Amino acid sequence: MSLIRFFKTIFMIDFLTGLIMAIKEIFKPKKTINYPFEKGSISPRARGEHALRRYPNGEERCIACKLCEAVCPAQAITIESSEREDGSRKTTRYDIDMLKCIYCGLCEQSCPVDAIVQGPNFEFATETREELYYNKEKLLENGDRWENILAANINADSSHR
Amino acid sequence: MAELFIFFEQIYRILFLLIPVLVSVAMIVWLDRRVWAFVQKRRGPNVVGPFGLFQTLADALKYIFKEIIIPASSNKFIFILAPIVTMTLALIAWAVIPFSETFVLADINVGILYLFAVSSLGVYGIIMGGWASNSKYPFLGAIRSAAQMVSYEVSIGVIIINVLLCVGSLNLSDIVLAQKDLWFVIPLFPMFIIFFISALAETNRPPFDLPEAEAELVAGYQTEYSGMMYAMFWLGEYANILLMCAMGSILFLGGWLSPIDLFPFNIIPAPIWLILKILFLFILFALIKAIVPRYRYDQLMKLGWKIFLPFSLIYVVLTASFLMYFDLLPGN
Repeated sequence: MSLIRFFKTIFMIDFLTGLIMAIKEIFKPKKTINYPFEKGSISPRARGEHALRRYPNGEERCIACKLCEAVCPAQAITIESSEREDGSRKTTRYDIDMLKCIYCGLCEQSCPVDAIVQGPNFEFATETREELYYNKEKLLENGDRWENILAANINADSSHR
Repeated sequence: MAELFIFFEQIYRILFLLIPVLVSVAMIVWLDRRVWAFVQKRRGPNVVGPFGLFQTLADALKYIFKEIIIPASSNKFIFILAPIVTMTLALIAWAVIPFSETFVLADINVGILYLFAVSSLGVYGIIMGGWASNSKYPFLGAIRSAAQMVSYEVSIGVIIINVLLCVGSLNLSDIVLAQKDLWFVIPLFPMFIIFFISALAETNRPPFDLPEAEAELVAGYQTEYSGMMYAMFWLGEYANILLMCAMGSILFLGGWLSPIDLFPFNIIPAPIWLILKILFLFILFALIKAIVPRYRYDQLMKLGWKIFLPFSLIYVVLTASFLMYFDLLPGN
């Protein structure tokens, strides 16, 4: 052990340097956000809660092609469809089990008409499991509620697709 | 009737001491987490109550409602007894702590000996908990803790001898009053440092938190505990830390004496000074938790037996010779 090292150990120079640094750090601005009161920014590609979108005239976008059902790796999506009076194919049932879902975003990517999308909302915790079995009604309601943000996000991301 | 009156008076006095101690233990847990978070540039608990002050109360409430799980292969009696022992021993030591000249629950003549004995007994709670769990991690944690606490108690004992040489009395109030002119932290500064580091080891605080080293031992002797029993270990541990801070401020920082006997300082009541000193030491404890990495076990043993013990023994000889040579021995 060299003499300098010895004196550094005896007088705890390294330790005191660390202590002074720690005291300085206390007064620096915090790196974390005060979560429930302030929120971090979310990317337009964020894969949060699902939503089914509509066309501006109120018509559902979904054409019941079942690509999302086929691609879903967790098999969380269940679709049933039938022909409507006007001859168009529409879903009669569109269920997503949000507990099975792994939020991979493949359904959104596979959709040819941008009907099923994942929005920026990730705060949809519930008190019971049943509330997380989403049906078509709930998904369409989500779509109506988040439409402005969803449209903006798809627009922002469109140049990269 | 008179006996009953005295009995109730004593009960009230004990409650008047214990309830503030328990409340301050809760506050100190909050302070610890908060200082730790601030050093790491986090916010720490800040939601429950003003500045998150009631966080510990909320946690304690949560623990009360949690299920207590007793392992099937454990020794049930000792398993349940262990947290009670830890908590009780951490609290009974407060009886001799003098908060001011008059405000002390038991002004006994062997105060420091009592304090030392009770803090040494603290190891029983841990070793009982570890042994009774009948599981490998708690057992290893308990063994580590016992060896560590025994080792560092030796050096704390020798450090206390240093102070006692300067005072000539084992009474804690006398120890404080002997520091009226000069706090012992100045002549015995190296001893103060060693006392502080030994106190860290004695209370299983980082960097000496090997008994509950998360990476190796899950949570050490607390692994099998849950609910209120875990909370009692946890509160007992913090009560012990607070006690060590109180001991440090009484032995070295002049207890309830004000730093200078001048106008703006000496009108502040004595207990406030003691509390401020305890807080100062505790914030140091918390800062050290945030900045140091954990010791290896052999390093810990080497530090205790090969460095602290010889050094404090030499310092005892030095102090004694100094006092003898300049004829400063108390009692003369």
